[in-house]
Amino acid sequence: MNDTLVLMEGIDKRFPGVQALKGCQFNLQRGEVHALVGENGAGKSTLMKILAGIYQVDGGTITFKGEQVTIPNPHTAQTMGISMVHQELNLMSHLTAAQNIFIGREPTKSFLIDENTQNNKTKEIFELMNLNLDPTMRVSKMTVAKQQMVEIAKALSFNADVLIFDEPSGALTDVETAELFRIIRQLKAEGTGIIYITHRMEELKEISDRITVLRDGLYVNTVNTRETSINEIINMMVGRVIYESSPEIPEERSQEIVLEVKNLSRGNELKDVSFQLMKGEILGFAGLIGAGRTETARAIFGADPVDSGEVFINGKPVHIKRPSDAVAHDIAYLSEDRKRYGLCLSLDLKTNIVLPIYQKLSSVLGWVKDKRAYTISKNIVDQLSIRTPSLEQKAKNLSGGNQQKVVVGKWLAKDADILIFDEPTRGIDVGAKQEIYSLLNELAAQGKSIIMISSELPEIIRMSHRVIVMCEGRVTGNLDYSEATQENIMKFATMRNGGNAKKSAQPS
Amino acid sequence: MKANSSTQQKKTGADTIQRLMAFGALIILFVVFSLASPYFFTLSNVIGILVSTAVNGLLAIGVTFIIISGGIDLSVGTVMTLSAVMAAVTVRNWGMPNIFGVLAAVLTGTFAGAVNGLMVSKLKLPPFIATLGMLNVARGLSLVITDLSPIYFPLETGWNRIAMGSVLGTIIPGFDIPNGVLIMFGSALVAGLILSKTVIGRYAFAIGSNEEAARLSGLNIVLWKTAIYAVGGLFVGIGGVIIAARLNSAQPALGLGYELDAIAAAVIGGVSLSGGEGNILGTIIGAFIISTLTNGLRILSVPQEWQIVVTGLIILSAVYLDILRKKASAN
Repeated sequence: MNDTLVLMEGIDKRFPGVQALKGCQFNLQRGEVHALVGENGAGKSTLMKILAGIYQVDGGTITFKGEQVTIPNPHTAQTMGISMVHQELNLMSHLTAAQNIFIGREPTKSFLIDENTQNNKTKEIFELMNLNLDPTMRVSKMTVAKQQMVEIAKALSFNADVLIFDEPSGALTDVETAELFRIIRQLKAEGTGIIYITHRMEELKEISDRITVLRDGLYVNTVNTRETSINEIINMMVGRVIYESSPEIPEERSQEIVLEVKNLSRGNELKDVSFQLMKGEILGFAGLIGAGRTETARAIFGADPVDSGEVFINGKPVHIKRPSDAVAHDIAYLSEDRKRYGLCLSLDLKTNIVLPIYQKLSSVLGWVKDKRAYTISKNIVDQLSIRTPSLEQKAKNLSGGNQQKVVVGKWLAKDADILIFDEPTRGIDVGAKQEIYSLLNELAAQGKSIIMISSELPEIIRMSHRVIVMCEGRVTGNLDYSEATQENIMKFATMRNGGNAKKSAQPS
Repeated sequence: MKANSSTQQKKTGADTIQRLMAFGALIILFVVFSLASPYFFTLSNVIGILVSTAVNGLLAIGVTFIIISGGIDLSVGTVMTLSAVMAAVTVRNWGMPNIFGVLAAVLTGTFAGAVNGLMVSKLKLPPFIATLGMLNVARGLSLVITDLSPIYFPLETGWNRIAMGSVLGTIIPGFDIPNGVLIMFGSALVAGLILSKTVIGRYAFAIGSNEEAARLSGLNIVLWKTAIYAVGGLFVGIGGVIIAARLNSAQPALGLGYELDAIAAAVIGGVSLSGGEGNILGTIIGAFIISTLTNGLRILSVPQEWQIVVTGLIILSAVYLDILRKKASAN
């Protein structure tokens, strides 16, 4: 009797422009909770999506219950007994909870869908989860936490031997997380193998038996949770090679306030957000997912409306109602999701770079001076060393790092004074990250003021002159670079209800 | 090495051929019909094809702008009719010179386009619904204004000659290409320049490619979308002038179904219904393919109902070939 459920060896996975995984290994035993940790972009989700049949490997082998297998699609994975709860919600919001859970395998009675059986079965799963939820409730009417629980219920409904949780607690409250852990322990006792991806260090000790660490697409180590301290794990995650340098702080720091935000509020997402941004400063924005950092940036930029609050630029109050107002005030916003919000993928690189300044590049009657556009974008491409065969290359054919540089280049061409970078290095490889970092430092040295939102603490600590920490829509901390340690930031980032830092947030 | 370079050549060769596909299809249609009937490739018949393309060509130009920006315009047919009606009212009822009639038509088209644009950008109505509403409003207004009966242009105004006279024929005797055809080609040229050389054209592509990215780049979407729809409407207004001149009248009941021919021409010409892609030359070739087909099949005495079936099949194969082309160029 072999107790190894899953064995993945030498797993390679390439995406255009990025080597996401290189020779990774992973194994899962029956009846264990195996945590998978690493920084954003380390390859955790990619590795698990391979196991769940969403991605195909470029190299390596997968052995499931002692047999070598290929998993061509999620359906095969599910029939084999591998089920995954995704980080992003994949529910159809117009359908009910039960309809979502049984989509594609609805119980039928003489060719008609048997809604009763479907609802009853769902009810059973909910009861197993101690979840008080009506199976006939539409998903769109549920809170995000409840939706997450429906996702989990769906994964459970397959009676899988292997259950993968990709950061399930991100959207859950403490009570719901505790309930989730109870379910996980129960499944574990029944012999199910659980893979648990998380960012929350405090959860590791609570739930996992073993921990596998990935870094930059490489396998680092697998350790027993009981024999390892959180600090050792953090060291393995972060590595000591690339994050050694400390922020480049100018000797004399400017006291000139470029941007001041006062009491920005919107519903539950933003609560009295106030802060100041100095000239030539890199202001890091740290916090957990959903802390309200992106919402703050989009509100300042006029991309989303606010209920109340004031914004001052160089001491003068401004009214920014839409992004074009913000751009007119020389504010730039570089979205975390560059494909969706940053680039016109089907257009060429040149057009993307000069998009915000076309009107300046045109004569009367709107005639575009193509030669100027060409010269400007050529300069940007050279300055940022964007690797592309030509300026006519379509944006979708560039690698992630080069795409990000195009978005940066767009705002350099616009010559914006205040630049808001939202997760500037997400999904790009280490080399390109270094280039983005030196670019940020260069811009700050030139007197541009930068807000950098990042979920990677080492990045925040390495780059920021000052750090604003947010939690649940509030600013909970304002740290100078000398105080900005992982421990400190995590303390403020988990300061729920505006106070009482959770003890478990402190690495033990 | 050798094999490598030859596959490279093959690939670029295939790409060029595919790009010229619509044009090639047009040539093939001409050759086939010429062989099938001695009456097809004659000067008078070719001019007939050109004339019958003019109106659909102009509507297709208008709709091309809008589809490239990621929208759709179902109202081009009835707005064309409303433009024609406004021209007739100006010239006949108010007794004003032709130039004011032309102006009235063009302004009507532009105004209707701008209203469409505002509904889409400001009120955030889906383009399909907004322009479906405009289709009915324009159609109803045409009927109301004319009191259900056609308005004929008095002969002495010479309105008819705007499209059917031939300035070219008086300069080069025997070369009697009607003005309507020249107006269409002239409009196509202008439209092509607007689309490829001006800010409004660039923004049409940018908005059609990724509206949210364009908005976050600081584009005023309300302004630019309104402008794009208005420019489209301008060409529809010119279409109204041409149809009124061809018929020497404003026929208020006309116009339904024209929008589908215009959209078909654009799509055959390679304009992507999901936005961000297309050009005017393709659209014009698409319009020619449709009218050549109709004309040729009629000469071969194919019943009209079968002509419609064939047109439908041509649209489907054109779009499918375009999908194949994109797949090939992606690899």
